[in-house]
Amino acid sequence: MRARLLHWALILLLPAIHAADVSAEYGLNMPRGVTDVSHSVYDLHMTIFWICVAIGVVVFGVMFYSIFKHRKSKGAVAAQFHESTTVEVLWTIVPVIILVAMAWPATKTLIEMYDTADSEVDIKVTGYQWKWRYEYLGTGVDFFSNLSTPKDEIYNAKEKNENYLLEVDNELVVPINKKIRFLITANDVIHSWWVPDFAVKKDAIPGFINESWTRINEPGIYRGQCTELCGKDHGFMPIVVRAVEEDEYQSWIIAKQEEAKAEAALAKLTFTLEEQMVRGEEVYNTNCAACHQANGAGIPPAFPALKASAIALGPVDKHIEVVVNGVAGSAMQAYGGQLSDVDMAAVITYERNAWGNDTGDNVSAKDIVEFKKK
Amino acid sequence: MSATAETAIENTHSDEHHGPAKGIARWLFTTNHKDIGSMYLWFSFIMFLLGGCMALTIRAELFQPGLQLIEPEFFNQMTTLHGLIMVFGAVMPAFVGLANWMIPLMVGAPDMALPRMNNWSFWILPFAFSLLVSTLFMEGGAPNFGWTFYAPLSTTYAPDTVTYFIFGVHMMGISSIMGAINVIATILNMRAPGMTLMKMPLFVWTWLITAFLLIAVMPVLAGVVTMMLMDVHFGTSFFNAAGGGDPVLFQHIFWFFGHPEVYIMILPAFGVVSQIIPTFSRKPLFGYHSMVYAVGSIAILSFIVWAHHMFTVGMPLFGELFFMYATMLIAVPTGVKVFNWIATMFRGSLTFETPMLFSIAFVVLFTIGGFSGLMLAIAPSDFQYHDTYFVVAHFHYVLVPGAIFGIFAAVYYWLPKWCGRMYSEALGKWHFWLSFVGMNLAFFPMHFLGLAGMPRRIPDYALQFADFNQISTVGAFMFGSTQLLFLYLVIKAIRSGEPATDQVWESAEGLEWTIPSPAPYHTFSTPPEVK
Ligand code: HEC
Ligand SMILES: [Cu+2]
Repeated sequence: MRARLLHWALILLLPAIHAADVSAEYGLNMPRGVTDVSHSVYDLHMTIFWICVAIGVVVFGVMFYSIFKHRKSKGAVAAQFHESTTVEVLWTIVPVIILVAMAWPATKTLIEMYDTADSEVDIKVTGYQWKWRYEYLGTGVDFFSNLSTPKDEIYNAKEKNENYLLEVDNELVVPINKKIRFLITANDVIHSWWVPDFAVKKDAIPGFINESWTRINEPGIYRGQCTELCGKDHGFMPIVVRAVEEDEYQSWIIAKQEEAKAEAALAKLTFTLEEQMVRGEEVYNTNCAACHQANGAGIPPAFPALKASAIALGPVDKHIEVVVNGVAGSAMQAYGGQLSDVDMAAVITYERNAWGNDTGDNVSAKDIVEFKKK
Repeated sequence: MSATAETAIENTHSDEHHGPAKGIARWLFTTNHKDIGSMYLWFSFIMFLLGGCMALTIRAELFQPGLQLIEPEFFNQMTTLHGLIMVFGAVMPAFVGLANWMIPLMVGAPDMALPRMNNWSFWILPFAFSLLVSTLFMEGGAPNFGWTFYAPLSTTYAPDTVTYFIFGVHMMGISSIMGAINVIATILNMRAPGMTLMKMPLFVWTWLITAFLLIAVMPVLAGVVTMMLMDVHFGTSFFNAAGGGDPVLFQHIFWFFGHPEVYIMILPAFGVVSQIIPTFSRKPLFGYHSMVYAVGSIAILSFIVWAHHMFTVGMPLFGELFFMYATMLIAVPTGVKVFNWIATMFRGSLTFETPMLFSIAFVVLFTIGGFSGLMLAIAPSDFQYHDTYFVVAHFHYVLVPGAIFGIFAAVYYWLPKWCGRMYSEALGKWHFWLSFVGMNLAFFPMHFLGLAGMPRRIPDYALQFADFNQISTVGAFMFGSTQLLFLYLVIKAIRSGEPATDQVWESAEGLEWTIPSPAPYHTFSTPPEVK
């Protein structure tokens, strides 16, 4: 009980104390980050903050002095002055000087942030409703990064873990001490890619490619979030970056490439309906459930139900077409470029056999390949 | 009005010649600036409570991590409607209401220049907002793309109700433009003899400038929603990249409207406190001329800073720098205003009636909002603040203790003139202190949340944000419920307050204090002489 009280008292006092150790615990201030640029940004932030505090102390000081000294109840008699050119000129000029002093370092930092030349690693970042795609240019590594927090934690059925809402299935892995350039865009609506520890925030805009860069000084795991309202699950598309030593990064890239090869090889195999359903459910829950819901009921009218839907029960080709090519002008994306042929086959099979959609169809990766050829 | 009636008025003193019509017809057909002013004020208060309930729904969901009360889709509808209703339904109409009541009384005019249009510009509003709010009950739900409605979320990906939203915005825009034309026509043509521009009270000055801002930017808003309408229904691609359009164009147009809009919501409040602080300091306003010039320069600068809302869209370096410098420059005239208010209080003879308390809180807390604004102007740091709770804290500091405290201050200051009765000073002080504490509890922690990395417009958050969100929710409920006390005390004052004197406040100056309390239905039918 006493601890709880203390805890609340502390929170209420925080504005006053603003001590560094407390801020670590509660996240009071901007993180200083792990790049040279983020350090400059932090310094700018603190400088302008202290300038504001100083001005505030002077201005509010004078004000509270008047409030206490110049009260009618204390017999204060009002002076009648109402102009002073000197004072007025002075308090116009002094702020201008302060601002110029502030603009100088800000300009320098900004120029540095805009210098994306001479990068050593290039990563294309694409925002989707509601996940991120990372393509390592020139390596063939290309994957999606989805929120991995279980629904049960979100709906309070299970204890929330330490990284609640800030955890993903596939982290973005990058080397430290290398200039990494991000090419940022979006597939549907505008998103914004933000990792506070790098001081990188750039909007991901459909049809545009924005650039940003970072050079990370320390290995570690850095977390961020989408910061532009992008629809229903805007709050559920985090970013997790794992910064590692160069050699670890290289072996990770090779492992990823192997993984992709193994995945491609699967396309040649055939699977039983049961196997397809297991894989399909997994793919469905990560990629489709946000809109069509885990139980296939959707959220009509925005997101149609797949349970008993005409397409899921109708001709296979039509179903494949919707999922591969998407529906233009709607939230239904073209998954052809997002899912492997094996996953595509599995998820379609799943949709055609789950929730009482008992068509018995087993769509194979070959069917998908055939369809794409057409 | 016939010629004989006119002479009769002159003979019998203008006040009594005819009173208001009876019943509902009085309110439907009225062209009287006082009636219309009152309707605007009541309407805005209803919207304030409605938008407030939406805010409390948001805060209740954010009380704890996890989804408890509402789903994300509904959460987004709440943030969108809360913003739209507060901006267009609560703050703007409240200031138009104050303008209607006070501008004729302050410049010595018998009414607004265009009384029929005045009636119309009010009566559009209930329809516009019914249309907007009714979308909550439609299939697909209300608009869910934020009050800034960025395309293509608000076009290609919008719910069908976006069309109602567009028509609603058009109606609000027409209403605002007509209101603004009326204000300008009144101020420029109907001032009493002797009242030169540089003798006008500051409230009148700030409204004159605000009205020009409105006329300049409301058509831009109308333009942008029309372009959305075309994209949604007529196959154009203004904002659709797949059709060769540009989603960023939307933001440029929106903020070209949006930035002056924030000054539209704050300049009249500047005017209000510039009336109140001298009264309760018993000392003339310090630097009247520089106050006028400061408001003018703020208004002009407000047209060239819009892209500071868009530092992260990937503008070229030069654009980034230009908008950073221009934005920092706005701090100068804003600073001048704050310094002048404080110089007015300095060596005055201060008393602290409720209007003064709200005005002092305005100066302090608006300045804090100005400080965070200055921080946001620094583009490199803005990359860290942008679209986080730091921004939410910033604009709630300029809008709640800024615009809304300004409105409260004005209501307390002029209510005795309007209804001829005093409000209870004790209840007024309770209202002030509870609002003050509640509002700071609600919004101060948001600074920390934003700096620590919490994005805005999210229905659920990571665990490290839990404590501050909890405090914020407690503060929000405290602030919200306190407004019922305000409703009670206003009704109590109107019904049974102590009678007010004509002068009301010991050292208040201006034409509005020369007429009886309550202000008769018709005032200044013969213009007063201003020396
Ligand atoms: C961002 C939301 C979203 C996600 C994620 C999503 N869909 Fe859709 N889906 C839609 C919308 C919206 C439609 C309706 C499109 C239309 O016809 O306008 C749709 C339609 C469909 C249809 C046609 C249903 C019918 O009866 O018309 C199928 C099949 C489908 N989606 C499958 C999938 C699969 C498989 C996935 C995952 C790989 C998926 N969807 C992921 C939004 C989504
Ligand atoms: Cu997003």
